[in-house]
Amino acid sequence: MASYGTSDFKKGLKVQLDGEPYLIVDLDFMKPGKGQAVYRIKVKNMISGRVLDKSYRSGDSIDGADVEDKEMQFLYKDGINYHFMDGESFEQFELTPAQVGDSGKWLVEEMQCEIVFYNGSPITCSPPNHVDLKVTYTEPGAKGNSTGNVQKPATVSTGAELMVPVFINLDDTVRIDTRTGEYVERVTKS
Amino acid sequence: MPGDTIPDDAIPDDAIPGMAMLRARARLLSSAREFFAARAVLEVDTPILGDGLVVESHIDPIPCQVRSGSGAPLPRHLLTSPEGPMKRLLAAGSGPIYQFAHAFRDGEQGRRHATEFTMLEWYRPGFDHHELMAEVEALVQTLVPRVAKSTFTRRTYREVFIEGAGIDPFATSLPELRATCERLDVPTPPNFEQGSLDDALDLLLVSYIEPTLGTPVPTFVHEYPASQAALAQVHTSDEGHAVAQRFELYIDGLELVNGYHELADAEEQRLRFEQANRDREASGRSPLPIDELLIASLQNGFPACAGVALGFDRLLMVATEAKHIDDVRCS
Repeated sequence: MASYGTSDFKKGLKVQLDGEPYLIVDLDFMKPGKGQAVYRIKVKNMISGRVLDKSYRSGDSIDGADVEDKEMQFLYKDGINYHFMDGESFEQFELTPAQVGDSGKWLVEEMQCEIVFYNGSPITCSPPNHVDLKVTYTEPGAKGNSTGNVQKPATVSTGAELMVPVFINLDDTVRIDTRTGEYVERVTKS
Repeated sequence: MPGDTIPDDAIPDDAIPGMAMLRARARLLSSAREFFAARAVLEVDTPILGDGLVVESHIDPIPCQVRSGSGAPLPRHLLTSPEGPMKRLLAAGSGPIYQFAHAFRDGEQGRRHATEFTMLEWYRPGFDHHELMAEVEALVQTLVPRVAKSTFTRRTYREVFIEGAGIDPFATSLPELRATCERLDVPTPPNFEQGSLDDALDLLLVSYIEPTLGTPVPTFVHEYPASQAALAQVHTSDEGHAVAQRFELYIDGLELVNGYHELADAEEQRLRFEQANRDREASGRSPLPIDELLIASLQNGFPACAGVALGFDRLLMVATEAKHIDDVRCS
């Protein structure tokens, strides 16, 4: 299994702690003037969602999480759970809303997602970093207000809401960064 | 008016990204130079590429290979501070000197750290560390308007541990420090017990005590344990502990300066460099070449003096209320 030193630490790294898989969600480098550096990380349990603080010194290392990432296609939501299919084996898997988390609001049918497996079972899913979705509701923008950082709320085809620039119209397709939930650019104009 | 030499109107602040920060830095540099000129401290410019080093246990220089005029390889390092070359000038009789120098520390990167940064370092023959603290206070008051009217406080290392964490750093142990970390919710590294007492004190300091230092007024911390003396003189405190004549300044939890009443004993200096190299080897890092010119200049008679290094980017962070060191530096 991979082992990571403090110099490998970064947000998004999956590590194994106390026998369970964790995701690094934040890190801080601390060092007193003449003293030893301390690498402080915030990690999230990929099963329970619990967040912990940990400290390491240079020379310390952590094992990589004992997980497997698989590309899968999102099929549908059955009213409660989310269904995905392995494109090679055609095997289907189900994830609960808690496991899908915030990612759920960006999922559209046939989208390729990364599903993380632990002990043979799916535990979380990540949509692509960028998704293109159609605007299904937004107020018309005011004329002459198309420059600068003025934004307005919009709803997209999955039902998710976000802030978009005032020049975006109904039926435009917009690109969204799923990691931040923020508008990136307009892809097609209605 | 300090900093009046900065052309304010030539180019508007929003002309290019970062223009306002460039101007803020220029104003701070200009004001600092006026401060030292008024006090007859000479600006110097010493090499940052060196062969011998001020060896420290936890500070890594950046090694680099240069070639002589005949093409022969010469191993060199980008210096971690201009301390060695500046002390050689002092030994030669330069009198009071200051320098803005780029300094390099391998592996240091974060919200408050950059591998390459700007250091303001100065030396005052005839000063002790208390007189130098007073000068640091005057400089920072001149450069940072929001603390101009504050009276900086002075706390001993022992006081900040007793007040901040409820323990006496001169009468503690690893088990007590572990229990203190647990009580205060400070996570401990896996090999806590294999580290030294100073490593454990450092952990508690940076993780828990530091964020509270320098609020609401800037705070000097002094009388560090003798084991953390580095290049400072050691004496016995009023409470009977061996303490280093070393100080640091904090503003809003940010460490800004480190100063010493400078060690002038060549033999003692060599022993500390050698100890630092043993510490480095014990933690699996390579030993470093000692600055022999510095040792020689101490042997030839070094003036009694105090010296201090100020993290200039961090001072700019304080002055502009920036949250990340990258926000105040050119990329």
